[in-house]
Amino acid sequence: MSGVIPYVVRRALTALPTIAIFACFVFLLQKLLPGDPVLAMAGEDRDPATIAALRLQYHLDDPLPLQFLHWAKGALAGDLGESLRNHDTVIHLIAQKLPVTIELALLSTLFSLLIGIPAGILAAAKKGSVWDNLARGVALWGVSIPTFWFGIVLIIIVSVNLQWLPASGYASIAEDPWQNIRTMILPAFVLGNAQAGILMRHTRSSMLEVLRQDYVRTARAKGLSEMRVVMAHAFRNALGPLVTVTAVLLGQLLAGAVLTEQVFSIPGFGKMLVDAVFNRDYAVVQGVALCTGVGFIVLNLLADIAQLLLNPRLRAS
Amino acid sequence: MKTGFLIAGALALSATAASAQTLRIGLLDDPDLLDPAPGKSFVGRIVFQSMCDKLVDISPDLKIVPRLALSWETTEDGKVLTFKLRDGVTFQDGEPFNAAAVKYNIERDKTMPESIRKAELASVDTVEVIDPLTVRFNLKKPDSTLLAALTDRSGMMVAPEAAKQAGAKFGLNPVCSGPYKFVERVQQDHITLARDPNYWNAKAFSFEKIVFRTIPDSTARLASLRSGDLDIAERVEPTDVKELEAQKGFKVFSVVSLGYQGLTINVANGPASKAPIGQDKRIRQALSLAIDRQGLVDAAFDGQFVPAGQAVPPVSPYYSDKFPPPARDLDKAKALLKAAGVEHPVLNLRYTTSSRGQKVNEIIQAMAAEAGFDVKLVSTEFATQMKVQTDGDFEGSQIGWSGRPDPDGNIYSFYVCGGGLNDSHYCNQDVDKILGDARLTTDVAARKALYEKFNAIALDELPIIYLYFEKWIWGVTAKLQGFTPYPDGMIRLEGVKLAQ
Repeated sequence: MSGVIPYVVRRALTALPTIAIFACFVFLLQKLLPGDPVLAMAGEDRDPATIAALRLQYHLDDPLPLQFLHWAKGALAGDLGESLRNHDTVIHLIAQKLPVTIELALLSTLFSLLIGIPAGILAAAKKGSVWDNLARGVALWGVSIPTFWFGIVLIIIVSVNLQWLPASGYASIAEDPWQNIRTMILPAFVLGNAQAGILMRHTRSSMLEVLRQDYVRTARAKGLSEMRVVMAHAFRNALGPLVTVTAVLLGQLLAGAVLTEQVFSIPGFGKMLVDAVFNRDYAVVQGVALCTGVGFIVLNLLADIAQLLLNPRLRAS
Repeated sequence: MKTGFLIAGALALSATAASAQTLRIGLLDDPDLLDPAPGKSFVGRIVFQSMCDKLVDISPDLKIVPRLALSWETTEDGKVLTFKLRDGVTFQDGEPFNAAAVKYNIERDKTMPESIRKAELASVDTVEVIDPLTVRFNLKKPDSTLLAALTDRSGMMVAPEAAKQAGAKFGLNPVCSGPYKFVERVQQDHITLARDPNYWNAKAFSFEKIVFRTIPDSTARLASLRSGDLDIAERVEPTDVKELEAQKGFKVFSVVSLGYQGLTINVANGPASKAPIGQDKRIRQALSLAIDRQGLVDAAFDGQFVPAGQAVPPVSPYYSDKFPPPARDLDKAKALLKAAGVEHPVLNLRYTTSSRGQKVNEIIQAMAAEAGFDVKLVSTEFATQMKVQTDGDFEGSQIGWSGRPDPDGNIYSFYVCGGGLNDSHYCNQDVDKILGDARLTTDVAARKALYEKFNAIALDELPIIYLYFEKWIWGVTAKLQGFTPYPDGMIRLEGVKLAQ
């Protein structure tokens, strides 16, 4: 275990320049977009005096490197700026939306694990059989279905016709946990279903790889039940790649699932990010990008540490 | 005696039951800053309608009616407008509403850097407090459009002390004098308002709370209405109307809006205006005649919207019967193109990306092709589209306008030389004179005659080809009583209740 701490410290240090370059890149991309945030803010009537005043106030006529430095200085001091659209601080907006997105990401990943992993194990253990084909069919369906279509269909069946769950009306866990779960089940299922297929395929191929190994034959030869061989021996060792894949999928979800959030009216990152891009709300986009980048890097780090813990052979290096 | 008590008891119970109700309204968009001075979104106005009272309001037939101002009079020369204000009104934080508050608000609208109300109030020179209930507007020149401007955000009154303390952040915690006060907001999710018991007409408002929920996806919004999670859904898709009307438990209200959708042709804004269509009005006339407006509305909107032939909708007193929407006439269109010497003009038509925009513009493309036009469609998202138009980087642009109660609001800035919204850079001195004169008189008949003169020119030169008027369509639960549709699309809750 002694190698883990310095490993973490080294990874954290190399993450810093990555984040800095990433922030710069996002900033430049935004500025390349045509269109003018002040024109977007100035409303239908486009009063020229207001437009000029706003450009001055938000440093929008400064040279680009200066604008970026202005933002970076603030970010280092903990001030990510303000939304051009509603003067709310970016930190406050992120604080409101990040827990929602994290919750949705975690619940979706839970669903995808609950569906994908057992399906993958079954498919591998019964390779070539009806179960294998069924599992692969379900995986293909999950990945192919458009999330927004599936979401709307579920809303119509479950909320409008059966009246089992609400169609909208998100409440935070702190405010109303029961309503929170009721509004999160469907979107989490929709997202989880889409990713279950990917997890299923990875589980299946990882398991097949492991099941071919000599020590599995040995375990069978020792007379252990098939269930014990598959679960206790094979699956344990197939976990490695799965941890990495799960971390990547979770990281993607942290950027916000725009279409799902739109369909289920969940106030998460995705919708905020898309709106900010359309409104040329630079500070918000930078703030969300920073958050997502950091989140992704942290997740990858955690996945790598999990690998170290799972697989003692890796610790030697 | 006993029945008397029973009835009284039952009434008391039903009153408390009614007053504990929350009204849930589904909005298509998330409002921007909840401050009338910089506010620019349509949905923001819906929230303001319940939260911030204004000096005057409109009736369903677009007459100006008292609200915070009880009466008003203009001097002979039209340069002084004096209001008598309602007594006994307080802001939601207890501050008194009076002439000084009006003065503060108008000056705030005119001077606050982020305020976009400056153009609407450009004719106001100074505001004088005559006495606490009398306020005088001294105008630089007569302006018959000012009252109409005061029926919207320019006339909304915010609490002066609260506004001074909060500065630019006022919109995060607005304090006005309307029937409902601001409670909380989660951006892009919901806004909650609660009844102000001190409102001067509190008993006309039966709901204890209003929750505005932002549900941008129209199918999801409609589903929320049908599942019982919303009481009112605004801007129901026209193609969903027939199905909703057939459902038990729901009602549909609709009204022709104040705004229009049209094609703006670049006639003088940069090099792109040199295209044949920008230079020769006959080609523009041909395009207008090539479009079957009723067919367009039937195909794209299930017949729910209304063909347009002028800037002002039928509900307006200034609508002119002399200029109905042109019927399709392919022969005349082709003859016009022949006379112009360009039988197959090419038109690059730009529009804002949306599924509705795509439908409408593909129909236009197909219809125009039958007259010989080669229309190429280019779609971009909103902010880019705005820039493209101001820069003159377009030949034609399919774009609309949300509409104002006064015809000047749908016309002036689009047609006068150098007008703030005149992206086509159309410029005609006669038109400038007519539109300027229309602002100087309040006489309806005189203004109507002037706008008819305007139409005779504008609808011949066609820098803007009017296509259709949209309708505001609300889906509501059948339990909702007392709802009146207004052409400005606002939800007015006076007298509205939910049956038990």
